Amino acid sequence: MSISKLGRPLIALAVLALLIALPLLAEAMGQPALTSMVARILIYGIAAASLNIVLGYGGMVSFGHAAFFGIGGYVVGILYAHHASGDPLLGFIPGTNQLLITLPAAILVSGLAALVIGALSLRTSGVQFIMITLAFAQMLFFLFVSLKAYGGDDGLIIRRANEVPWLNMRDKQTVYYVCLAVTTVFFILLWRFVNSRFANVLNGLRQSEKRMAAIGLPAYRYKLAAFVISGMGAGCAGALMANFLRFASPDMLHWTKSGELMVMVILGGVGTLFGPLAGAAVYIALESILASWTEYWQLGVGMILLFVVLYTHGGVQALAQRLVGRQT
Amino acid sequence: MNAPILAVRGLVKHFGGLIATDSVDLDVLPGQIHALIGPNGAGKTTLIAQLAGELRPNGGSIALDGRTIDALPAAARVARGLARTFQITCLLPDCSVRDNVAIAVQIRQGHSFRFLRNAHRDEGLRGEAETRLAAAGLAGRADEIVANLSHGERKQLELVVALATRPRILLLDEPMAGLGHAESQQMIKTLRALKKDVAMLLVEHDMEAVFQLADRISVLVYGRVIASGTADEIRRDPEVRKAYLGDGDEAC
Ligand SMILES: Nc1ncnc2c1ncn2[C@@H]1O[C@H](COP(=O)(O)OP(=O)(O)OP(=O)(O)O)[C@@H](O)[C@H]1O
Ligand SMILES: [Mg+2]
Repeated sequence: MSISKLGRPLIALAVLALLIALPLLAEAMGQPALTSMVARILIYGIAAASLNIVLGYGGMVSFGHAAFFGIGGYVVGILYAHHASGDPLLGFIPGTNQLLITLPAAILVSGLAALVIGALSLRTSGVQFIMITLAFAQMLFFLFVSLKAYGGDDGLIIRRANEVPWLNMRDKQTVYYVCLAVTTVFFILLWRFVNSRFANVLNGLRQSEKRMAAIGLPAYRYKLAAFVISGMGAGCAGALMANFLRFASPDMLHWTKSGELMVMVILGGVGTLFGPLAGAAVYIALESILASWTEYWQLGVGMILLFVVLYTHGGVQALAQRLVGRQT
Repeated sequence: MNAPILAVRGLVKHFGGLIATDSVDLDVLPGQIHALIGPNGAGKTTLIAQLAGELRPNGGSIALDGRTIDALPAAARVARGLARTFQITCLLPDCSVRDNVAIAVQIRQGHSFRFLRNAHRDEGLRGEAETRLAAAGLAGRADEIVANLSHGERKQLELVVALATRPRILLLDEPMAGLGHAESQQMIKTLRALKKDVAMLLVEHDMEAVFQLADRISVLVYGRVIASGTADEIRRDPEVRKAYLGDGDEAC
């Protein structure tokens, strides 16, 4: 235990150093595509880790988190569209292409959406909760499909990534470093969060709501707060993804995207700090390796997922820990 | 006498055709242990669940300190000073013994909407949890995961956790069930020391413990209170002997 307490931050720092050096390494190895792949891993890592707040720590199985991911993306896309056209959104909100505005806006709007969806969904639990979060996400999916003004089915092209003062966001490497910076801040906050009083409550609610009520905890408001925080994180990831792909589309909200996020969490390790990031890495690596062999790559991912669930008892994170020979 | 801390009037609960609580009247006075005895399936646990606010009664009323709490959910009743233990222990299985107590302390203190400060290093939580565990003789088990505890230790921990909410009235659902003789004696001592500060409704099958501890005893059969009185009155009550204590035999 003492080794892992010391070792965890060291490993995290080593990984961070590697991630900082990555664009240069990728360049040197003649694999510039690697940088893009890792950027996607970081972004999905944020989304999956956000889902993990409710799924892993709180025990609330949300099957609709792509909704917040997609909303985050569309906030960037829609603000950009109005910036480009010049007419304000709803007649009074000016568009913008400044990341320092669009990113907080995306977090805020997805948080509000999570507040509404959570307030209604959290009146249920178990399978009903899974189905109702799924239903809300699908409703939003079809809403964006029908929004012809914002590209409907085809999605919304963002011609240029959002601007950041003093940075050249036309450079892909700069975008990568912006993603890395946001990811780093996100995981530092998350690390503080999982050791907080609030996380204690979430941890308890996952294990026994009955016990928590018996020591005086009104569960609903805490679950709702967790759901909102989780939605905000997913929205942040969506905003980054829209900038990275320069594209926002209904696909971001599709239920299969919610499923992918869940698979990443399970692959990496439910209820662990860095597990979802590891899960995102494994998922995206598998996707690119298997997809080059066969168009049925999802079957392969499915089989590996089955293996992880049946044999690793806690995903890649737990597997790695056991291989290194120490337990948490 | 002084006013009851817990007053139950005409409480009724149906499960379909089954009447689990049949117009129950019950008073628990401050500084007293009121035992509730009755055969298996009499409705003791069901009654406690209604008092705690986990189960909604079909009729009747419950008052705490003279104020009705019928509309309050379980968590709000805890804040008013009512706590319970479970017959089938209900703890946080993946958490350490210490954390099971610390979370109760944390919720009592409020301030659970804190997102970034490290709670595991919070001496206010750790310290109080450890003091309470030491008082219950569980100090050596503080780091153990609850899933690894023995049955007796879990029963003890149930009580420690309930006390960490600083209750004024405790509902105890068979705290001695499954304990060894020494553990039972320890529990009896603990409860007796507590009762001047915390009134108790004690559900228990161990008649020796009941007669040692209880100031008053009520007998529940098929959801109905068939007798209520002091230990001696209950021992002598012919209807109780027939229905519950076993006709003709000495009690316990
Ligand atoms: N949720 C429920 N739905 C239907 N019937 C129930 C429910 N809970 C309890 N009962 C029934 O109500 C009656 C009282 O049960 P309860 O658990 O309160 O008894 P008890 O006095 O605590 O018994 P024991 O001494 O075995 O713990 C039993 O007949 C039981 O089967
Ligand atoms: Mg019972």
